[in-house]
Amino acid sequence: MVQKAIQEINKTVSQKWSIMEICGGQTHAFMQYGLNEMLPEEINLIHGPGCPVCVTSLELVDKAIAIASHKDVIFTSYGDMLRVPGSEGDLFSVRAAGGDVRVVYSPIEALKIAVNNPDKQVVFFGIGFETTAPANAISVIKAHERGLDNYSMLVSHVRVPPAIHAILGSPNNKVQGFLAAGHVCAIMGIDEYKPIAEKYGVPISVTGFEPLDLLLGILQTVQMLEKGQFQVKNAYPRVVRDEGNLQAKKFISKAFIECDRQWRGIGLIPMSGWKLRKEYQSFDAEFRFNVENIQTKESEICISGLILQGQKKPYECPAFRSICTPQNPLGATMVSSEGACAAYYRYGKDLNGQ
Amino acid sequence: MCLGIPGKIIKIYEIEHTKMGRIDFSGVKLDVCLEAIPEAEVDDYVIVHAGFAISRLSEDEANETLSLLKEIEDINLRDNN
Ligand code: SF4
Repeated sequence: MVQKAIQEINKTVSQKWSIMEICGGQTHAFMQYGLNEMLPEEINLIHGPGCPVCVTSLELVDKAIAIASHKDVIFTSYGDMLRVPGSEGDLFSVRAAGGDVRVVYSPIEALKIAVNNPDKQVVFFGIGFETTAPANAISVIKAHERGLDNYSMLVSHVRVPPAIHAILGSPNNKVQGFLAAGHVCAIMGIDEYKPIAEKYGVPISVTGFEPLDLLLGILQTVQMLEKGQFQVKNAYPRVVRDEGNLQAKKFISKAFIECDRQWRGIGLIPMSGWKLRKEYQSFDAEFRFNVENIQTKESEICISGLILQGQKKPYECPAFRSICTPQNPLGATMVSSEGACAAYYRYGKDLNGQ
Repeated sequence: MCLGIPGKIIKIYEIEHTKMGRIDFSGVKLDVCLEAIPEAEVDDYVIVHAGFAISRLSEDEANETLSLLKEIEDINLRDNN
């Protein structure tokens, strides 16, 4: 099947095309299975900013570090966030200094910790795209229903469609077709993408994460590019329904409202995030803890912003593999396995000309 | 955080009034939130993202995916040998 899909792509492609996979999980899978090397050379894959760990703003990482350093706080987070460099140190260094920083698999686990530790403030680092939003929303809704006053969330939610707008609207844009993130669409549906495809004249294919899914997404995108079709098609129908997951969307809109959001390395993208609604403001960790005057300082060497915008590849960074490694990351894109730098480090040996 | 592998629900329970499920991913078992799949029952297949079930699959779709994954694994093993 995989071979057949590649043959089909080879047969269809007649000229150079630049296609962006928006999601870091897809970047990782392309590298892991060596799919990028199996594709015809006409196809240039550009890696998108869809790595939640990578785009969480430095300011919020610094706020997380400040909150986690409080004596009475149990700070909970997905594991990857612990190594993301803040202006000074990371969440691991808070833990080393005696802070109670715990890795959880989901916010429901954090909620349970709050119930079991009534004398502590439990904070969850609510990062991620549309995919993590429903669970985060549920944890706040449940905490509210139970009148739990020791649970709160540091919210750093980002949304994919405004990011695609920002990329396609940039004067430096090179992207001609998109693989949309299958799991984001499993939640949100595909309607938001149609106006984007029309406005910018770019085909979008909703794509999954397994090797064959990725190749089918590429094939569908190339077919549309070759025919000059600018539509949204679903190459992942076994998981994605056109309308998304209505129940999950209900939770999201109950707890969250759209807001402007800073993306690390990229800057502010208007209405690209979610924050907690007014009714839930007391569950907002930024509101509960006083973490206003934070001065941020970004690494001077790191070019992860250009990488997240698809304008540079990791091996073009002078620090790549020399002073910046997953053990000693200078930028967030080297931390998460979904970050382009980390994926190239792990799988892309030949791509940096070695 | 994205996994396209379907898992089978082997148990449904509640934590803090939240519907949860124990999911079997070909032997690896994880506990995930099932609130977004209200119709989920034991033996159903779901796709999970970061501890949260986002979509339900029919058994046929799940088996098809699992056998495709197996095929790809076999190709990889052969390439590495
Ligand atoms: S290799 Fe390291 S320093 Fe260079 S862009 Fe990537 S994360 Fe930043």
